[in-house]
Amino acid sequence: MKSHEYIEKRLGLLGALIIVVISFGGLAEIVPLFHMSKTTTPIEGMKPWSALQLEGRDIYIREGCHVCHTQMVRPFRAETERYGHYSVAGESVWERPFLWGSKRTGPDLARLGGKYSDDWHRAHMYNPRDVVPESNMPSFPWLFTKTLSGEDTAQKMRVMQTLGVPYTDDEIEVARETVRGKTEIEALIAYLQGLGLAMKDR
Amino acid sequence: MFNDSLPTFWSIWVAIITLTVILGCLWLVLAVKKSEKYKEETENTVGHAFDGIEEFDNPLPRWWYMKFLGTIVFGLGYLVLYPGLGNFQGILNWSSTGQWQEEMAAAEVKYGPVFAAFGEKTIEELAQDPAALEVGGRLFANNCAVCHGSGAKGAYGFPNLTDEDWLYGGSAEKIKESLNLGRMANMPAWQGILGDTGIEETAHYVVSLSGRAHDEALAAKGQVHYQTYCAACHMPTGQGMQMLGAPNLTDDVWLYKAPTLTVLESVKQTLRHGRQGVMPAQLPRLGEDKVHLLTAYVYSLSQK
Repeated sequence: MKSHEYIEKRLGLLGALIIVVISFGGLAEIVPLFHMSKTTTPIEGMKPWSALQLEGRDIYIREGCHVCHTQMVRPFRAETERYGHYSVAGESVWERPFLWGSKRTGPDLARLGGKYSDDWHRAHMYNPRDVVPESNMPSFPWLFTKTLSGEDTAQKMRVMQTLGVPYTDDEIEVARETVRGKTEIEALIAYLQGLGLAMKDR
Repeated sequence: MFNDSLPTFWSIWVAIITLTVILGCLWLVLAVKKSEKYKEETENTVGHAFDGIEEFDNPLPRWWYMKFLGTIVFGLGYLVLYPGLGNFQGILNWSSTGQWQEEMAAAEVKYGPVFAAFGEKTIEELAQDPAALEVGGRLFANNCAVCHGSGAKGAYGFPNLTDEDWLYGGSAEKIKESLNLGRMANMPAWQGILGDTGIEETAHYVVSLSGRAHDEALAAKGQVHYQTYCAACHMPTGQGMQMLGAPNLTDDVWLYKAPTLTVLESVKQTLRHGRQGVMPAQLPRLGEDKVHLLTAYVYSLSQK
């Protein structure tokens, strides 16, 4: 009891010891994954997001899509029948931050690429009720009028490059030109249509 | 494809940390148990008082103490049965993908023969078979209704599948082709070539083909544009061409009639900007068995 009291009365020590205790979890569950080829190697045929898709991904984050949509097909038959092959670690190697999500108000989007036409996505994003009458998804009409400046695109790609995404310098150089003036909906749809393509035929 | 296992060092690392933490918990529980010893020293309290309020230093209630021990036993038991200690897979040899494979195999045993029986029948036969249509209808609701509507009546930009008007053909064979491979329509934009006046004239001619109200003079000029630019795909008569997915313009069915515009205005919009209707290929997603049933269902919708 004495040593107990000693720790409890010294906040700094208490804090340090709490961190030590909690770090056991991370040391056992997180750190070893940095050394596992399954979690560090991109799957075959995976391509980094294009400049436009990368901007679309940021719009996806900005609008909070990941709050209602997961990007994680779990290995259950009920999910693989509906969405396609279950998600594997190698698909997320370049995902920073990953957008696996934790709650499904809407369906999972990990394998959305190519499932619907661009026209459908436009109609759906403008007013989901136009194509899915019972939908409770919000409308995103402003995506159709706001355009991208491309100011930060190259910088974003350069950050990704330092984090290990294999962008070439040429790609980064033309990034601004390729996205400038595009509407946000174009960027978002480019991103959505690229989701899960590397696993499409498995 | 990948090496699923951890390098040996990290495998041992995980095992050591995991076991250390569990043993640490055990030590903590036992150490707290000792507090009974101090009963005498502190006269049953922890020894401090705030505003006359003191804290008893009682040992854990027995049930609580046993629950703590129980979690430790459970944890050790779990690590013996299931993967957890580095690369040790547990004596049950369980894995989440293994469980998925079992689930898939069980489903194959159950549903495989059902799909196989449907697969042996022709589309035309299945379209008369209520059991096949029930399965097909569910597949449609899950996979197709998002664009074509739950009643398959279509919407602005998405074809109605219940009528006689087919962009790419309504035979069983053609429907299956559309489902298997998808379709990509491509009508070019004519604004640059026809200009505002030309668009106006052509639009009047196009609506005249189905007997809609139109301006005779404009339509007469539009006919010239039509025969020059449009007839190659939509045919000189306006009957369309299913090989290219060029719609029939004479039947008064308007795929791109916008909800807020008249037919004439919608036609102008189509002429100005072109149209690129896309039907995604379903074979890679659904597989042959399901496409077969879906074909039968879609085929049945217009066979009334």
